[in-house]
Amino acid sequence: MSIWEYANPVKFIRTTDIVLPWISAAAVLCLVTGLVWGFFFTPDDYRQGSTVKIFYIHVPAAMMAINAWAMMLVASLVWIIRRHHVSALAARAAAPVGATFTVIALATGALWGQPMWGTWWAWDPRLTSFLVLFLFYLGYMALWSAIENDDTAADLTSILCLVGSVFAILSRYAVLFWNQGLHQGASLSLDAEENVSDVYWYPALVCIAGFVLLFVALVFLRTQTEIRARRSRALLARERRA
Amino acid sequence: MMPDLGKYAFAVLASYGVSLGLLVVLVGLSIARARKVRAELAKIEKRIKSNG
Repeated sequence: MSIWEYANPVKFIRTTDIVLPWISAAAVLCLVTGLVWGFFFTPDDYRQGSTVKIFYIHVPAAMMAINAWAMMLVASLVWIIRRHHVSALAARAAAPVGATFTVIALATGALWGQPMWGTWWAWDPRLTSFLVLFLFYLGYMALWSAIENDDTAADLTSILCLVGSVFAILSRYAVLFWNQGLHQGASLSLDAEENVSDVYWYPALVCIAGFVLLFVALVFLRTQTEIRARRSRALLARERRA
Repeated sequence: MMPDLGKYAFAVLASYGVSLGLLVVLVGLSIARARKVRAELAKIEKRIKSNG
């Protein structure tokens, strides 16, 4: 068995049809459990008060905003190197999901920042690189929609994805490159000394799992849709020629 | 039982409201488009089959 079997659209749809209900159910279960646990059953932080509850949405959304772009990068590279249509369509399918996670991270960051920093927005390195990442998401989706030929669109959006990856990396590591910003360092760390307290960490972990599963479920569903839409266009074109 | 969010109630509730709202819209639009595209493809395939 090889991963390239799933480059076959029929095989991809058949397999994802089987796993999609399970992944969707697991996503809902994790999200409900994690958010209810975090919102209702965790204490306030001694410095940030009840705003610490925003953590359970803000951090997973920000993580997935960057990871979605990373997944698009891998899929784009697969398209550029091996010309598998499913990978190009998976990258296209992931973009609106990643863009939504970016908006959630930006919005919850602003709502969290106002009471903590006294401002909704600052041209801080991490915030700015995140905003640029969002603009790249918009540009990526606009480019797909603007080009009629699917293969040309896949080629150009793959190049755009490679360029945008610089900002995805910057969004992740900006707090390490520049330390003059308002944004704090990473909240989550494998080092127990640096990581948040367990009372916040465990529900956050469940929320992160929920966001990851939701992302996978949506990408599977939306990739199926893109495959079917592409087949419809191909059949209509064939019908017109006949 | 609602936790006491104190003076940060707006920030916390708005964060949850905006985020969950966006996620619901994203999931809803994804499912609606999936159904629409699937139905359109079935229609086209049926037409092509019937036309031989």
